Amino acid sequence: MEFSHEVKESYAEVKANGRLNMVSAPKLREFVTDVIAAGSNRIVVNLENTAFMDSSGLGALIGCLKAARQAGGDLRIAAVQPQVKMVLQLTSMDKVLTSYTSADEAFSND
Amino acid sequence: MTRFWTRLVVVLTVITGVNYIAWRWAASLNWDAWWIALPLVIAETYSLIDVMLFGMTVWKLKIRKGAPPPPADTTVDVFITTYNEDLDMVMTTALAAQKIRHPHSTWILDDGARPELKALAEEHGLGYVTRSEDWTSNLPRHAKAGNLNNALMQTDGEFLLILDADQIPEPDILEKTLGYFNNRRVALVQTPQYFSNVPADDPLGSQAPLFYGPIQQGKDGWNAAFFCGSNAILRREALMQLGLVGYVKETEKSIRRALAASRSAIKQARKSADMETPLVAQVLDEVEAATREAQQELDAGQPLGEITYRVRRRVDAAVQTLVMADVEALQADLEEIAAMELAHVGESGVPVVADDAVQRMSARDWSPLGALESVQAVLDALSVERNDEAQPVMPLATISVTEDMATAMRMHAMGWESVYHHEVLAYGLAPEDLKTMLTQRLRWAQGTIQVLLRENPLVQKGLKLGQRLMYFATMWTYLSGYAAVIYFAAPIIYLLLGILPVTSLSWDFFVRFIPFMVVNQLLFAVAGRGIPTWRGQQYSLALFPTWIKACSTAARNVWFGRPLGFAVTPKARQSGGPSWSLIRPQIVVSALLAVAAVVGLIRLATGLAEPLGTLVNVAWVIFDLVVMSILVRAVLYKGYEPATGPAATERNADGV
Repeated sequence: MEFSHEVKESYAEVKANGRLNMVSAPKLREFVTDVIAAGSNRIVVNLENTAFMDSSGLGALIGCLKAARQAGGDLRIAAVQPQVKMVLQLTSMDKVLTSYTSADEAFSND
Repeated sequence: MTRFWTRLVVVLTVITGVNYIAWRWAASLNWDAWWIALPLVIAETYSLIDVMLFGMTVWKLKIRKGAPPPPADTTVDVFITTYNEDLDMVMTTALAAQKIRHPHSTWILDDGARPELKALAEEHGLGYVTRSEDWTSNLPRHAKAGNLNNALMQTDGEFLLILDADQIPEPDILEKTLGYFNNRRVALVQTPQYFSNVPADDPLGSQAPLFYGPIQQGKDGWNAAFFCGSNAILRREALMQLGLVGYVKETEKSIRRALAASRSAIKQARKSADMETPLVAQVLDEVEAATREAQQELDAGQPLGEITYRVRRRVDAAVQTLVMADVEALQADLEEIAAMELAHVGESGVPVVADDAVQRMSARDWSPLGALESVQAVLDALSVERNDEAQPVMPLATISVTEDMATAMRMHAMGWESVYHHEVLAYGLAPEDLKTMLTQRLRWAQGTIQVLLRENPLVQKGLKLGQRLMYFATMWTYLSGYAAVIYFAAPIIYLLLGILPVTSLSWDFFVRFIPFMVVNQLLFAVAGRGIPTWRGQQYSLALFPTWIKACSTAARNVWFGRPLGFAVTPKARQSGGPSWSLIRPQIVVSALLAVAAVVGLIRLATGLAEPLGTLVNVAWVIFDLVVMSILVRAVLYKGYEPATGPAATERNADGV
């Protein structure tokens, strides 16, 4: 799994490419923690190229959400793919993490 | 009486042959030129073994007197296998099959799944079978063997007559053969493959009178006559038994392999994954314990189904613990978030992950263990479902592109008997151009070598010594390409350089060599009882590049998993003019032989070479060139013209 980030005007976009699973989940946590530590507390995780997510991946996303909130910001997700969407719905996490169609849209209302 | 003379000549061949080859090894090698002397004596030893195996084959030549009448209620399925052949051809065969007299069902096994053929089959009241939906695109199709295995699951006749799309059967084919199955141990009756579109001089060497004659009759004597893919009747019970035994064997093998691989997979997983969470390490411990226990149970001979089920249950439970831990951590995070900012989460409170969601997240396709691919692969292989095949039970062997020989060998190994019925009961179409013929020969040779390398008959349990040697004999002949190269090289080397692989061409040589040669040819004449064998001898030498290619590609395939470059033999003639490029190696060798002969004669004239050596080697070159000359006719052959050939409907007079 590959991570990259880009600081935009009102938020920082984190791209996670590959499978978000038990092996890569801790790395996502670490990556997002670093981005927050660098000064961005409004994070969009772009899941456009994340075809798969397991329970560890989901745990990592929520962990990142917590970190962003603790830093006084928020974490949102964008461009969710079918399997990830199914996982979110099944676990009711779609109520906590709203999925936006694109990264730009995620913070467009505030 | 014939048997007496055949056996006498066999004995003479062995005596003269061993006498010659023993002398060659012991007293004749020119060690100064060991680089040609040694290969030549090895090639000659190869040939001696070849002829001795042939002698052993015809030693037990069995001439059958025909089969007793079969029970009238015997049920038979006639299978016509097709992939891309001309519809007219398939229908001609199918309609002829429909007219077979003994009650039967006729099925077209269309691997091409052509709607037109389906419509034609329905119109004529013929059965039509294509691959079931189990054969998804990610699973191996196994060509013709797969086609037959698929059809076996959709039909129910006690016996199966298998016909290639071009093999037009006689109406009495079942009446003549079914009675052999009155013997409950008989699993296979093979009849000859004969081609109706071949002129009398057979330029492409299509007819195999020596094989569908003394060789199969001899193998029959050793209970080793084998299945040749078409024109044969098989007992379903034997095939199914083969499939079931194979299934159990393959499953146990793959479970053993998976267990053997599990240790290193787990070790690797421990190393590669950042095991910050102790739970993952715990799951790996659990997987390791489960596989270790499975190994013990396997060694104790417990049923595979139970062993694999227990492993799966244990691993599933461990995975579920892992998912539960993830969910609990996630839930704790959510609580913390909620505590931080009550307003955001709202009245509904923190969402709770339901039990069925946990179940779903623990299932194989979403399991966190999937991240540890090597471990997941091991666990997947610990199953009895045979997920890597379309159907768990594969009655026809799939280890080779020629499924027939491998299947027959496994039947023999399980104690079944086979029959070779020496009477032409179906008329097929041979390739009518060199390119197609070469493709076909390459495929046969590759298939045979695959079987040799995957299931060497010499070490197969259940086969009698004679049967082992009979299968081995056929495989051995396909190694002739390497010997041929040496036989071409030796005279070229002598005539160009004056280097002789033997110490001298003296009385000692001729007194041993000539009797062996003469008796050898006599053996073919006596065993063949006047059938033409010369064309076969020519091609076994002249197609040396094909044989070598078959050996090397099959070895690469078996040992390194490389593709064979396999092609279905086209039944229709390939268009285009004479294609000399197909025989480029043979043209080069022939040119070298001719040049060598001329140079040799010049060296003789100028006193550089001795007369006897030159004479023997020039004669040898001439023999080689006569052998190769068949290829010129093969390249120029324009296909079969019925007017000049024998009547297509004429029955083989050599029948029972």
